[in-house]
Parts: sequence; structure tokens; C-alpha cells
Amino acid sequence: MSTKTPTPVNRFGPFGGRYVPETLIGALDELSSAYDEAASDQSFCSEVDSLLKDFGGRPTPLYHAERLGEAAGHPSVYLKREDLNHTGAHKINNTIGQALLAIRMGKRRIIAETGAGQHGVATATACALFDLECIVYMGEEDVERQALNVYRMKLLGAEVRAVGSGTRTLKDATNEAIRDWVTSVETTHYIIGSVVGPDPFPRMVRDFQAVIGRETRKQILEITGRLPSAVFACVGGGSNAIGIFDSFLSDKEVRLIGVEAAGTGIETGQHAASLAVGKPGVLHGSFSYLLQDEDGQVSPAHSVSAGLDYPGVGPEHSYLKDIGRAEYTAVTDQDALDAFHRLAELEGIIPALESAHAIAYVLKVAAKYRNNGPVVVCLSGRGDKDVSYVAQIEGNEPLV
Amino acid sequence: MDDDVLISKSFKLLGAEGRTALIPYVTAGYPNRDATVPLLERLKDVGADIIELGIPFSDPLADGPTIQRSSFAALENGTTVASVLADLRTFRDGNDLPIVLFSYLNPILAYGLEAFLSDAVTAGADGILLTDLPTGADPEVEARISESPLALIRLIAPTTPFERVPKVTRGGSGFVYYISRTGVTGARVKLRESLAEELGQIRSVVSLPVAVGFGISTPEQAASVAGVADGVVIGSALIEALDKGGIDGGADFLHSIRIGMDRG
Repeated sequence: MSTKTPTPVNRFGPFGGRYVPETLIGALDELSSAYDEAASDQSFCSEVDSLLKDFGGRPTPLYHAERLGEAAGHPSVYLKREDLNHTGAHKINNTIGQALLAIRMGKRRIIAETGAGQHGVATATACALFDLECIVYMGEEDVERQALNVYRMKLLGAEVRAVGSGTRTLKDATNEAIRDWVTSVETTHYIIGSVVGPDPFPRMVRDFQAVIGRETRKQILEITGRLPSAVFACVGGGSNAIGIFDSFLSDKEVRLIGVEAAGTGIETGQHAASLAVGKPGVLHGSFSYLLQDEDGQVSPAHSVSAGLDYPGVGPEHSYLKDIGRAEYTAVTDQDALDAFHRLAELEGIIPALESAHAIAYVLKVAAKYRNNGPVVVCLSGRGDKDVSYVAQIEGNEPLV
Repeated sequence: MDDDVLISKSFKLLGAEGRTALIPYVTAGYPNRDATVPLLERLKDVGADIIELGIPFSDPLADGPTIQRSSFAALENGTTVASVLADLRTFRDGNDLPIVLFSYLNPILAYGLEAFLSDAVTAGADGILLTDLPTGADPEVEARISESPLALIRLIAPTTPFERVPKVTRGGSGFVYYISRTGVTGARVKLRESLAEELGQIRSVVSLPVAVGFGISTPEQAASVAGVADGVVIGSALIEALDKGGIDGGADFLHSIRIGMDRG
């Protein structure tokens, strides 16, 4: 992992912060100093790197997707294959690091929230590896649509607690995980799965995920001899996107494009496009763009993809949007489902529905970049977990 | 600012009588929109000294199942920041019982911080407690609340490092709310045995009255806390009593707490 000096302040411009109950302040201070100390400790960083290599399977390939490129009208579309990580998504980059940090802090009980179940599986995997107790909070609706991942977590020895309050999805699973942490903070570490939550989580998770961008930058230079003209990634909380964007932030010529979930269409109100149409507000400990009504109540998000079905977004994305360094757009459930099929047929790769949003957008716009150099898409996870859900949707309502 | 007159006066009077403040919490708009004003009046009649009036939020992450449920129901009933302030104004017309608004930051930011502070004062609020605005989280917002006539009620948790305690209460006024154990709001069977010792430590560095809450659910517990604290907060257990017996049931329950405390 990176040994760069962590951000000294707990905000990204006006975004971020620590809007949490007083009970957690001591733990966040402890976590910040433990993390800052670990990040500058060569042996900690080497241990993370070596586990990501030998256990996780890094580095992941940067693959020239020629048939996808042909379909998209661009000869040089590259996929960063985070789907080839152990457990099938980029989430393991973060959970290995945070689990090692928990051990360093002497905390052997781990809690996590999960939407699609990818972060839950990655957390359960790290806990199995290090013999830590693991409890995963998951919305009841997600437990239904991601049954395979629920069973995987149980196989790995984790307890999955279904959350029936509120929207019964990722937002309320996160509320419940925070409630657990407020109660158990003296013995428990909370492994947040995205670049959200109170400081230090957004910067810590970013640093653990930044390996994606470091590898990508090196690989694209080796393969093509130039930097990409654009980098695309899906954005729910935004961890794979921040992970791949981070190494390109100072390369001003590289456009960074985040793709949110437009659900059934922005105009229907059934979507998860916090950056596109949300207003800044406070949820889950940080100030960031948020889907909310005029009374400041958080609006339920919607996406066919459980991992993007979240009304908030990481505070660093809010900052990158406001300063104009990154651009954010959104694609619908239907476009994502179409891209799910097309990538399978064109490249023999079944993408996670989350990642299919980024693929869908690239299929729409890649042609515009054809004279400007290669483009890179972060394929954040594989779609095995979604196969039965997509089959079910299509059985009820045929797509073609 | 020293405009938290009613709250301070309430603690002074009680102190002179050797009594402890009884501070019930209720969620505005629960069990229905019309219940709030009569409920506040009944709570006053049975011995409440200060009332915490909850403005419901969609994501009450510091609250246990009981207050979550009441918050969701209140939102379904159409309760808004504006409707809570309207109820408060009706209650305060002729009543001088101090009211502390209890909420999360986002509904307040969405209403507009300056507008909220001004409208809350006009409606008769005396203080505000925001569970997700710990000391130092947002110096600008905290300063604007401190400069307003509302008392900014601060929370101290058992996990608050001792050296942070004086810092937590800086800029706060009215009273300090000590969370009697880690966790979310909700009735508990057992309270911390070390409470008296913890309060002693807090008092060694904090001059404001200290109220204790989170988990107090019986007259016996209230009496034992009243023996060591300046105020006793009763929330979830009161909501549960309202669920069982309506406004009368809630008032009877709070009355039993009052009797327990005064006898204790």
C-alpha cells in the first residue's frame, strides 16, 4: 500500500467531517492515530501488499477489451480486472488492510455493513483468514436479492444480521452497523466498505483502494506508452472509483468519470444519483451530496444493483465534483442490464451489475474519445452474484 | 450566551429544594400529530421539569428500536421541523416549562440553520441537542448555535476521554447530558455501577448541572440515578408507556418515576 502522508485535516473542502454520536469520538481518534502510524510503518505496508499479492491475487490485469471497443467505437478500451481479485471484487483490498489494523489495535470483533454482499464477503474472508469474529449487517431486501453472497458469508463463518428497518437496504444496514459500534466500540472495529462515514474512513478506505489506480497507471503506460484520455468507474459510495481515480488526480489531461445509478430514470425519482441530483447534507457521519427531501429527510435510493443502492456518496467525490476535477453521470437499470449481457457476449466476462453501469456508459460515449488515446474502465466486480437475480428479473419481464 | 434562563432557573430552584430534574423525552408527532401539545401539558402536570422534544429524522442512528419506531411513525404522520415548531409555540403559549429540541443535524441544515435558530427561539425553545454534532465536529455551526439564545446541550459518553470532557462542554450551556452507558437509546435492565464515580469525575471539571440518560426505565433506577445526578432523562421507557396506555398511560408512568425520584 501507499506510504504517502495521510491528509492532515478530516475534510475534502467542505465535505467529510465527523458527524457522529459523542460515544464514537474516542474510537475515531484512536483509529486515526493507529491508521496514521500503520500507514507510515513499512512492515505494516509490506504485510498488506504481500497478502494482496499471495492471498488476493494482485496485481490484477489491465485487459485490452477489443470486441467491447469495437462495439463501443473505440479501438483501445481497457478493463481493470478487479473482478479477478479473490472474492470477486475490489472490496478485499480494503478489508485485508482494515482487518490488520483492527488486530494492531487489539480489537478482535469485526462488524461491517453490506449492500450487494461483496463487502460482506470480503470482510468475512479477511476475518476467516485472521480468526476474527465477524458480524455483517445487511438489509432484508438485499438478503433476498443477493442470496448467494449471504450463504458465502455464512460459509466463511460470519453471522449475517438482516436489517428490517427503514428502506431494508444498504442505508439502514449502515445505520444498524453504526448502532452496534456505538454499543460495542470498546472491543469492536467497524470495517466500513466504502469511502463514506466519518473521518478517517473516507481517506483510509481510499488509501487501501488506491492500489487499483497505481497499478492501472503503470500498466497503461507499459502497454500503450501513454496515459488514458479517460477513466470510468461506477459510483455507489464510490470506493472503486476513488481507488482508480487517485493516481490520476494530478494528471489533468485524464478525464475522471464516475457513473451513478439512474435506476428507472432520474425523472422518476427512483434512482441513486446523489451527485447528479442530491443536495449536500449529513448522513452516516459525513457531509456530502445526499438524496433528501425538502425537510432534510433522507430519500430512499433505488438501483437494480444493490451495491449502488445508496442515497449518499463519499465526501471526496463531492469535492472532486465541486472543484470540477471529476465528472459524474448516471445510467439506468435497463442500460446496466443490457451492458451486463453485452460484456458477457462480447468478452466472455460477466460483470457485477454495479460495474455494468460503467460499461454501459462507456458503450454510449467511448467513440467520442477514439482520437484521444486509450480509455480505462474499472471492472470492479464479477457478476456471478447477480446471475440468478437477473434471470429472475428477466423471467418476470423479458428484456428482449 | 446566558439566555438559557429557564433551564438554569429550573436547576437552581430544584437544587435549593434538594430535588433532581425530571427530563422526559418525547418524539413530536407521535403517536399522532394532535397528541404532542396535550402530551407536553400532561407531562408538565405530572412533574416534568424540562422536556426534550424530538424532531424526527429518517436515519436516527443514535437511537434504539423504540425511538426509531416513534420517529418513523411521526414522519409517516407528516411531522416536519415546521410542524414541531408550531406545536411548541402552542404549548409555550401560557407555559414556561423549558423545552430542549432533540434531533439530528440534517433536518436543521435543510430548514436553514439561521432560520431554524430564529424560528425555534420565537416558538419558545430553550435549548437544542443534536446527537450527531459532537464538540468540534463543525465549529462554524456550533458557534452559530452557541451565539443564539438557545442553550447548546452537550453530551458526554462513558467513552469520552477524560481530557476531552472540559472541551466537550465548552460552548455548551443549560446542562450536560451524560450517557449512562455506551450504546443507543433504549430501556436497559442494568445501569452502570460506576455511575457515581463517573459523575464525580465529570463534576470535577464541569460546572454545569449533569443530567443522566440512556437506559433508565423504572422508578427504582430513576431514584438511584437521582441520588447522584442533577437530572434524570427518561425516553424510550416513556414511549413504550405511551404505546401501551396512550397519553394517560405515559403520564401515569412519568408520575411513577417522579414519585420514585422524590422518595429516593
